[in-house]
Amino acid sequence: MTISFMPPFLIFLIGAFFALFLRGKVLKWWIIIVPAVALVNAFLLQKGFVYNVHFIGLDLVPLRIDALSYVFGLIFCIISLLNSIYAYGLDDYRHHVAALLTEATALGIVFAGDYFSLFLFWELEALSTSYLIAIGGRKESAKASFRYLLMHVTGGVFLLGGILLHFYQTGSIAFNYLGLTDLASLLILIGFGINAVFPLIHTWLPDAYPEASYAGTVVLSAFTTKSAVYALARAFPGTEILIVAGVIMTAFPIFFAVIENDMRKVLSYSLINQVGFMVTGIGIGTELSLNGTVAHAFAHILYKALLFMSMGAVLKQTGKIRATELGGLFRTMPWTLTFCIVGAASISGVPLTSGFVSKSMIVAASAHQGLTIAWFMLLFASAGVFHHSGIKIPFFAFFSHDSGLRPKEAPFHMLLAMGIAAFLCIAIGVYPWALYSILPYPVHYIPYAPNHVMEMVELLGFSALAFTLLMLSGIYPPEMRAINLDFDWFYRRGLQLFMYIDRKVLVEFEDKVVNTAYEWLFLNPLMAFAKFLKGVDTYVIDGTVNGSAKATYSVSKSIRKLQTGNLQDYMILFIIGILILACVIILLRGGI
Amino acid sequence: MNPYKFFEKPNSLKITLIVLFTFLAIVTVLDLVIPKEAEYGFEKFPSFFSVYGFVACVVLVLAAKYILRPIVKRKEDYYDN
Repeated sequence: MTISFMPPFLIFLIGAFFALFLRGKVLKWWIIIVPAVALVNAFLLQKGFVYNVHFIGLDLVPLRIDALSYVFGLIFCIISLLNSIYAYGLDDYRHHVAALLTEATALGIVFAGDYFSLFLFWELEALSTSYLIAIGGRKESAKASFRYLLMHVTGGVFLLGGILLHFYQTGSIAFNYLGLTDLASLLILIGFGINAVFPLIHTWLPDAYPEASYAGTVVLSAFTTKSAVYALARAFPGTEILIVAGVIMTAFPIFFAVIENDMRKVLSYSLINQVGFMVTGIGIGTELSLNGTVAHAFAHILYKALLFMSMGAVLKQTGKIRATELGGLFRTMPWTLTFCIVGAASISGVPLTSGFVSKSMIVAASAHQGLTIAWFMLLFASAGVFHHSGIKIPFFAFFSHDSGLRPKEAPFHMLLAMGIAAFLCIAIGVYPWALYSILPYPVHYIPYAPNHVMEMVELLGFSALAFTLLMLSGIYPPEMRAINLDFDWFYRRGLQLFMYIDRKVLVEFEDKVVNTAYEWLFLNPLMAFAKFLKGVDTYVIDGTVNGSAKATYSVSKSIRKLQTGNLQDYMILFIIGILILACVIILLRGGI
Repeated sequence: MNPYKFFEKPNSLKITLIVLFTFLAIVTVLDLVIPKEAEYGFEKFPSFFSVYGFVACVVLVLAAKYILRPIVKRKEDYYDN
């Protein structure tokens, strides 16, 4: 087979490398050219192509193009181009480098055919996305980025542990169907699960995404969670626990979204809700539901980015993002509003938009399998997402009370990016068969059956009625300047408590008890022994004994210094330890 | 030319509500006409999805307002202290 294409991640890696040195206009064109080339390249990819290398005794597959990875690769290239157009006005080269790097790593993940390559890109993705958050320029950016990284490094350790165990047991690092069968697969599932925002380990997303820059959040929204959805779809289709996790993910975030004041945090919660649909689809594991998951990921990346773009435009033009400070922008930002409404309609699954033709496959699959509770929950979540993303986002930003803000319309390049995304949302909704034809399994599903359209119209229409009546009657919870605690309270307060205990108790304990015991049991006997020896033969080995006692004493002192009681020191030691273990296992098993 | 200027008019709310209610009335009538294929028997009840959507949203908002918000609401500088 002649190769007429480049590995997609390589284009972005090269792009990111040169973006480091380019500035000004050249850089701005460069960030457009790179994803444009990647997009053309994506259409040249040959399905069924697998590239093998034998490296340090491992069978690496850095490039595997099949039906599943192709869809994700294609949408990643499309959204990368839109990201670049949207961020064209941004002068910060750090953003462009981090964005290109994030895109490279996400493409690396979806085309990785072995766990080694997967893990490498997985970790690089965590680093580049956390960097993207850190340079967000908001008050909490740096701290949120650190919390984000901590969470993902932990996830990476789970993943690595699982991979090593799996390799030890099977001798293979091929990244294929795994299924939840043993400890190794459980660890891998948890590793994937942190990036796929499983319930209770979801908090990094609504914590960190709203702290990135107006363009940064758009980049973030597309890659981390969807590459994890891809990984789950590859390794765990039909794993029933995913139905439970997915259904919970669709339901609980909408409650938070209703009372949340920060518009991009509302969108972050609805992102979890949408990924919940995909995870449920993977858990159901039929051809219909897996097709639904992949189609929904494709559609979701576009409309979610579109919604984040519209709110990013609002943030950039007004400097404000809280619902309490916004309102009445329809007067001066009509184009942004129009595109926002298209995104809002798509995420809600309004007929003739992309969400309708993708989400309904997953809901239908749950009914086909007789999962009645799941079906009811998914319907509830569909109504709920319309409520908070479909109505709340456009309503509170652009209508509601008049904030008095009269910002200029967003710049042309941002409107262009939003316009293309909005066009694609409607195009997929009107002509879904183009998307259906690239799904992993043949599609027999008919989205526009009359009764099916009616169901959705009724569900959404009467949700809108509920919103209207609650607003008019004043029952709808008013937006408030406040934060809402989430499960990360347990991590953040827990960590504070741990540090307190560490400082007040452990360090004291170490000082008073451990060190004293150490001196009594080790140092003093040694000194006594040295003295004894000295007494026995002062003349012959006087100097030597003295010297060795001194040496022992100083060695003991430096050993004591190792126990610093600092959390990060222990964490780094832990990670280094695992890395060394990894090297040892690879060397023993594979041999060089 | 900004079509959204419509919402600056004093009677815009009234017109919006009339459009919404008319639309929902048509939907409810259509529901009785269009033949249904359903996995579950209860899906065939008249306006099943309308009722479910309405109830779901009311429950969602009330639960968020009266149960979740009192539990989780804090001042914006909560974590700084």
